[in-house]
Amino acid sequence: MNKTPATDNEELKELLESIRFVYGYDFTEYAEASIRRRIRHFMSANNFNSIRALNKTLLEEEDVFEQFIQETTVNVTEMFRDPSFYKSLQENVFVRLATYPFIKIWIAGSSTGEEVYSTAILLKERGLLERSVIYATDINQKALQTAKEGVYHLKKMKGYTSNYMKAGGQRSFSDYYVSQYDGALLDRSLRQNIVFSAHNLAADRSFNEFQLICCRNVLIYFNQQLQNKVIDLFYESLCPFGFLALGNKESLLFAESRKNFEEVDRKERIFIKTGQ
Amino acid sequence: MQYEAVVIGVSAGGLMVLSGILKELPGDYPMPLIVIQHRSKDERTLLEEVLQDKCVISIRQANEKERIDRSKVYFAPPDYHLLIERDHTFSLTCDDPVNFSRPSIDLLFETASEVYKDKLVAVILTGANRDGAEGIRAVRQRGGLTIAQDPATALFPDMPRAAIDTGSVQHILNAAKIKDLLLQLAKNRTDHA
Repeated sequence: MNKTPATDNEELKELLESIRFVYGYDFTEYAEASIRRRIRHFMSANNFNSIRALNKTLLEEEDVFEQFIQETTVNVTEMFRDPSFYKSLQENVFVRLATYPFIKIWIAGSSTGEEVYSTAILLKERGLLERSVIYATDINQKALQTAKEGVYHLKKMKGYTSNYMKAGGQRSFSDYYVSQYDGALLDRSLRQNIVFSAHNLAADRSFNEFQLICCRNVLIYFNQQLQNKVIDLFYESLCPFGFLALGNKESLLFAESRKNFEEVDRKERIFIKTGQ
Repeated sequence: MQYEAVVIGVSAGGLMVLSGILKELPGDYPMPLIVIQHRSKDERTLLEEVLQDKCVISIRQANEKERIDRSKVYFAPPDYHLLIERDHTFSLTCDDPVNFSRPSIDLLFETASEVYKDKLVAVILTGANRDGAEGIRAVRQRGGLTIAQDPATALFPDMPRAAIDTGSVQHILNAAKIKDLLLQLAKNRTDHA
């Protein structure tokens, strides 16, 4: 009755289970409506008529699976997304980071890197970048590659410039990129203190201790159980009085470990680890 | 028919017509109303505040993972898509804009129709684009009730017209009649309860 291929719930479950079993990527605890939509999107773009057919191909052809992962896990972002957040980050968090001799930051779910460079630019303006290491991680290798390259569409720079100014940027945003054809290449020196690497929040463990973890608009794609697990992972990965920054519409409201955090800026969703 | 939820899509010119409809609904309206109003991403909660001042029914911005309750009007937050999960909770995503829109009416309507099927009422009001047309088609294919504002009475007729052009709209009405129909559907529900 529908023109789009039927995505029966049982078949979807089966697909996610077999992907987990064969490839180790666990989407079974993702929020269902959006993963279903992304799979449907992949199916119609690649002419699969049924989940069953998709399942079979994914299990047999690793390169199709690679393509599937790249297309279904990429998150959209922008530089200085929610400028008021970056303003608060500088005012409430960077001033305290400045008291550490060596600063470690984890940007989890860094996608194509826009928010990583935004953070690096603001750290640089506060004189903190040189003694910082930003670990930028994502599940999506292709997105990480884009992030490493640091080249974005030139036509987006106008919006980013406006965001940068609203975020409290102190210089001219055009100081941070050079344009080539229709691309904007971000200042390469920003990358010296950034480590890009693959990390799967649904499966991998803590790998260091940080004073700040930013994970914005990633948890919304997970169900409640997985959100709880990931917040526990962040808790373990933060030093005492370390900061956790979430997306605009994400909260610790339903999280089991919310008592271990206090709000630093309620509106901008910045929290501090207090519990033991 | 016992409907379980109302979804509304509205864009340019929406505030007047929306407040005209919502302010007539009682505080115990027996269904949730879930609204996509295209809005500036820089705005935070002004829309909800302005409307709450005029309405008896509770108006709020949808939170992710929140349970969907009757007698409430939920708005999609600016710059996020709003989706409905099978357990009747909300999901938000930052996926690419659909029809240049985030939130997108099509996305809400499509996911809502998967959950509520023929127990869904979908309404398209004034707007200057064609978001919601695919959504209306999906709602009708699953047996839901579809309504569009009469383009002749809409401040911006393109959006209701695009919905009507799909051939999937059952009722073409002015705003006052849409309000009456929503009240009637509520009454049918109570009568059968």
